[in-house]
Amino acid sequence: MSLAAQEESRPRIDIGQLPEGVRVRLLGRWTAGNLANRDNWQALQHSLGALPQDWRTCHWDLRELQRMDHVGAQLLWNAWYRQWPDTVYTLAAQRALLERIAQFSSVLPPRRPQTLWDWVLRGGALVIRVQGHLVDAVGLIGQLLLDMVKLLRAPRNGPWRDISGNLYRIGATALPITALVGFLIGVVLAYLMAQQLRQFGADAFIVDILGISLIRELGPVLAAILIAGRSGSAITAQIGVMRVTEELDAMKVMGIPQGFRLVLPRAIAMAVAMPLLSVWTTLAALSGGVLAADVVLGLTPGYFVTALAKVVLVSNLWLAVGKSVVFGLLIALIGCHYGLRIKPNTQSLGEGTTASVVTSITMVLLVDALFAVVFKDIGI
Amino acid sequence: MTGSLAATPAWVPSPVVEIRGLCTVFRTDGVDAQIHKNLDLHIERGELLSIVGGSGSGKTTLLRLMLGLESPMGGSVDVLGRPAVELTTSGAASRVGMLFQQGALYSAFTVLENIAFPLRELKSLPDDLVRDAVMVKLQMVGLDPAHAHKMPADLSGGMIKRVALARALIMDPPLLLLDEPTAGLDPDRSDAFCTLLRSLHQELGLTVVMVTHDLDTIYEISTRVAVVADKRVIVDAPPKEVIQFDHPFVREFFLGGRGLRAQELLRLHPDAG
Repeated sequence: MSLAAQEESRPRIDIGQLPEGVRVRLLGRWTAGNLANRDNWQALQHSLGALPQDWRTCHWDLRELQRMDHVGAQLLWNAWYRQWPDTVYTLAAQRALLERIAQFSSVLPPRRPQTLWDWVLRGGALVIRVQGHLVDAVGLIGQLLLDMVKLLRAPRNGPWRDISGNLYRIGATALPITALVGFLIGVVLAYLMAQQLRQFGADAFIVDILGISLIRELGPVLAAILIAGRSGSAITAQIGVMRVTEELDAMKVMGIPQGFRLVLPRAIAMAVAMPLLSVWTTLAALSGGVLAADVVLGLTPGYFVTALAKVVLVSNLWLAVGKSVVFGLLIALIGCHYGLRIKPNTQSLGEGTTASVVTSITMVLLVDALFAVVFKDIGI
Repeated sequence: MTGSLAATPAWVPSPVVEIRGLCTVFRTDGVDAQIHKNLDLHIERGELLSIVGGSGSGKTTLLRLMLGLESPMGGSVDVLGRPAVELTTSGAASRVGMLFQQGALYSAFTVLENIAFPLRELKSLPDDLVRDAVMVKLQMVGLDPAHAHKMPADLSGGMIKRVALARALIMDPPLLLLDEPTAGLDPDRSDAFCTLLRSLHQELGLTVVMVTHDLDTIYEISTRVAVVADKRVIVDAPPKEVIQFDHPFVREFFLGGRGLRAQELLRLHPDAG
């Protein structure tokens, strides 16, 4: 648009003196896009504020306007304090526009003000929500147990296809990332410890420290946190989208039990994949540790492996595998729990997925602490 | 219908939509499927055009091309005198309004916020002016102001369509596109929605393009009907002339059992609409 045309389209008013009285001419383009220009808006506000006191008796002339839309008309109507001036010259379309604004201009009904009672109700709603979570969680676990029994009684009717599919998605596709993270943690941990141990001349103890910490704690927890972020969120989002697209309802209508077809396969796949991934992550971390020990302390890999077998009891490995199974079940159940509670809108989907990941990571760490306390006499 | 043409603002270029030599090919599983071949369509200012065609004939694709959501593989699609792909840049809401089949309301926003969204995106209009503008549009589409604070999840299908229509019209675009506007509405609501569309078309001087299967809608409100078959627009004329066009799809669609029943109803109750 050329500069002259831009100047011409600027929404503005022009006040002039006629023999019969004051004339107010509206000029330019009174459209939302044009009014939203900050300079235009300020200039127009300024001149609207400077209207003569007797604006009602002025002669308003809208006929030279280039264009006027509903927002522009609304602005004018509000400047008129929502009533017609005595004399207005308009084109037919402008008149219709303003009449429509006049007819429909109504004040937005205010939101109901908050009272103390609303806070009481909100507290009650919170209690009910917590109760709902508990009831749902107990129901989910109970249903999973029943479905397990059903599966054991008639293994041929089990959802094996779903189980193997989930096993692949949760387990196999997570191998590269867990290996990478595990290896890096192993290297960093071994390097830092080697620096400290060398000061005491206790180089050989790096095998004990790395062995116990990686096999017993870090391997399983690291894998569980990674999988909670990776697959726990996926489970929630998947089931949540099924709710949004009414697939869950479609399953119900066909008489397909949700627990048996959605929760059970994911729980089993998680329970199988998690210990395997945990061992895999531990191995990657140990190999990182071996590498760092070799480079920094000069401990050969051969020595590391023989020493590891002597100083770390096998019960540590069993403990790690055992708690990984629990972590896996927890992540799957929490993912399904939040997925099934999602309401059919996008906001709920996002909130549910976030809550699922946060809850499962917190629960993994809590349960890990529980394991540490209960089994404190084993393997050390 | 001539009254509506007179009300159309003079600054809107005509033809509003101009499609020339459009070719579209979809590739699925390595197989090419030609959807449009040398398709031409001109939509004049102030028209209320229905696009009719069998499933998979590329009607919705045609709408998406006009909206600039997809770019033409061959030929050109011009809307308001400029290529359609330029539409999706900023300020698009003041050029074209679109009513999606499911409404496509932002589910995290209230009705008020949904309708106000394009205006608030301009950043500098004060909140009270935006609210006033929204309340006018809300009542223009026949909704009660009391619904302003509701969430989309709490609305019925008909109300969702009305809110979506109010949102499409908030910037007063001269061109309104509708995808199956009456799908999923019961006959009463569908009639009411048609009446609303016709009155908005006349009052605001809109150019309306809609894809529809609903014969009642076609007879009741369209000024022209474009039939898409054989990968092109086979006929583009007022409804009465389209019925007489000799083509298997036209015969099947308009003169099949359902079509005849709709015509019969119109004869019995000529003032039903």
